[in-house]
Amino acid sequence: MAKREQHAVTIYTRYERFWHWSQAALIFLLAITGFGLHGTHDLLPFDKGVMLHTFAALGLILLWIFTTFWNFTTGNWRQFLPNTKGLFAVIRYYAWGILFGEDHPHKKTLRRKQNALQGLAYLTFMVLIGPALWFTGIIYLFYDLWNEIPGAADGLFWVAFLHTAAAFLMVTFVIIHIYMTTTGKTPLHYIKTMISGVERVELTEVERAYLAEEHPERLKE
Amino acid sequence: MIMIKQRWVGPIFPLLALLLASLLSQAEARATEAVELGITEYADTSQAHRVSPGDPPAAVRVNNSTADHAEFKELRGPFSSGPEVTRACLDCHNQAGHQFMQGIHWTWEYKHPVTGQLLGKKHLVNNFCTNARGNEGMCAQCHAGYGWKDDSFDFSNQDNIDCLVCHDATGSYYRTPNSKGNAACSIMFEDKPELDLAKVAQSVALPSRSNCGTCHFYGGGGDGVKHGDMDSSLKQPDKALDVHMDAHGLDFGCTECHQGEGHQWSGSRYHLEARDNAGTGKPGQRRQVATCESCHGDTPHPGNHLKALKLNGHTDRVACQTCHIPTFARGGVATKTDWAWRTAGRLKDGEGFKLKEYTQGNGEHRATYKSIKGDFKYGENLKPSYAWFDGVMNYTTIDTKFDPQAGAVKINAFSGAHDDPDSRIWPFKQMHTTQPYDKGNNTLVYMHLWGDDADAYWGNYDFGRAIKVGMEKNGKPYSGEYGFVETVSYWPITHMVAPREDALACAECHAREGRLSELRGFYMPGRDGFGWLDMLGYLAVIGALLLVLGHAVVRMVMCKKRVTEHCRGEE
Repeated sequence: MAKREQHAVTIYTRYERFWHWSQAALIFLLAITGFGLHGTHDLLPFDKGVMLHTFAALGLILLWIFTTFWNFTTGNWRQFLPNTKGLFAVIRYYAWGILFGEDHPHKKTLRRKQNALQGLAYLTFMVLIGPALWFTGIIYLFYDLWNEIPGAADGLFWVAFLHTAAAFLMVTFVIIHIYMTTTGKTPLHYIKTMISGVERVELTEVERAYLAEEHPERLKE
Repeated sequence: MIMIKQRWVGPIFPLLALLLASLLSQAEARATEAVELGITEYADTSQAHRVSPGDPPAAVRVNNSTADHAEFKELRGPFSSGPEVTRACLDCHNQAGHQFMQGIHWTWEYKHPVTGQLLGKKHLVNNFCTNARGNEGMCAQCHAGYGWKDDSFDFSNQDNIDCLVCHDATGSYYRTPNSKGNAACSIMFEDKPELDLAKVAQSVALPSRSNCGTCHFYGGGGDGVKHGDMDSSLKQPDKALDVHMDAHGLDFGCTECHQGEGHQWSGSRYHLEARDNAGTGKPGQRRQVATCESCHGDTPHPGNHLKALKLNGHTDRVACQTCHIPTFARGGVATKTDWAWRTAGRLKDGEGFKLKEYTQGNGEHRATYKSIKGDFKYGENLKPSYAWFDGVMNYTTIDTKFDPQAGAVKINAFSGAHDDPDSRIWPFKQMHTTQPYDKGNNTLVYMHLWGDDADAYWGNYDFGRAIKVGMEKNGKPYSGEYGFVETVSYWPITHMVAPREDALACAECHAREGRLSELRGFYMPGRDGFGWLDMLGYLAVIGALLLVLGHAVVRMVMCKKRVTEHCRGEE
């Protein structure tokens, strides 16, 4: 096993952070306008709601196209590979250990920035909830292109049904996600990390040497 | 013209006096100031639709006719009767008579091409004055012919056509009922100015709103009574009332939309084009159609942006009128919404009377009770009711049997559904009436309302006799026993198109309790939830919130007890 040392490193690159925060803003906008259109609240006029929701959705789809490209070209996609190793330990930590000051069982590394539970949650977000939303959303948006097909009205019902179901899952995800950000060393620690991109992680000597050579600006100390 | 100068001094019927005594207290309690004795139906057909010298000049249209009728020696007159004028007209316009006699304005008859029903005023029973049939002496004032008062009228004689009522441009032409009616009605013939037929004949022009309005503004027996979207306020409307007829703007006449040729006009509420896929036409293509789409096409919202796309996405399912006529009866003239024939026949001093207890937007007082008709309710700025409509109206005719226990009888019913490509959501005025019916045969009845005889209801106030005679006269079976039944009729709303900024906002319909909340069977965003899915969804969200809240509280407590540090931790 290679020797590891703790280092403050930029683990979230500039694009990753841009992706995260613009996605967050769009999802908030989509949730607020979407549930307005659904009739959950009455905060904005329907036509404004439709406009904002549609343009935010198009923006998010564009962002996701770029990000998918980015994930594959940078190899970052491997961060999201499902990995059940240590899953139980992480669940046990959040349910129990965190209340008694135990250390987090997952040690962040450059190769594995996320713990097993987090990885699974994000994977669900990226391959299930997200696509369900944009796929049904696009079909919904272009209803006028297929509304002449017999049974289109029933089709619209199911499209809207799935879209709404996925939206509820998304909101639930966001609530838990936001709460989880408070579980760091301090309540705001993870938020700050997501803004600055810098976190203390264990680096192998090789990683350290690589960063020092290729990306000295990412090594903070 | 017939001029009857004598006022009616009614003979005192002891029976009616008795009736009067019992009703007087009741009537007086209601009649505070506005009791008016006698039958003066003309007072309701106001003169507001008439062309007058004070009218603003046509804002856009110019008359560039190639003929000045004032210079024709054939029209120099003098004329002593209407038919004489007609002969002069037809001497030159030698096909006009044949053309006109094919149309519904002459025949009062319409064979429905889909249902096969024989409709038209000659046959139908409505839930206003009920039936023109047999009452032509009065009702055929609005027949574009001279002298139809009974079966003896000659429909094949061109001289009987009234050219002037549609083509008079002076505003001085008028018609009176074709027969005298009961003595009580004589007042309707009084104080009429002498007609200068030569002057009228020399004025002729294409029909304006004023001409069509002579009858179509006053359907149902008074200004705005029947349709709700057609009344005398459309003679000189502003843009807010109707963008097309706006007297200072487009200033459309009726025939601008109701395109016609050869004295046949497009647009019929018996058989509507509920969804027009043909849209606009190039030169040489179809013109005889009154739909909005025939000018505006089926993508009428301009612009290459999302809002226009989304609005245009509605046109296949939602009639233009639904969004663009937010309310009807907007012009200061009220429309009738409820009519109770049951209460007709109350008298005051042995005489029929009116109570005028409704004051409409333009300040005129409208009768809320008439001895000859019963009680009325009015409405203005009314929200339509909405329904899927395929354009085909199906009537409860005089021959239709119905179940009087099965709710209000639909004078006209229609079909339409969300999954029928020919249907769209249309706005309607609903008219609710309680009217006489044949209790034995479960049919509507023809009433003998108008006549200079002892059986006419407008004079004797006896439903039994009026119905018996009305049915016999027209060869319809009558059980001899009448009752009252609730009826409803549906009037497609299509006039009083508002400016675009007054069109319905999305949330008028896309809302839990919006204008379309009663239309079921299809999903509509903003209106419909998903029942159990919504419950589950909200539970998941609330559950997640409670979970994190609970977790946070325990974490705080543990931190306070100094078991953990991270609530006060330093970076």
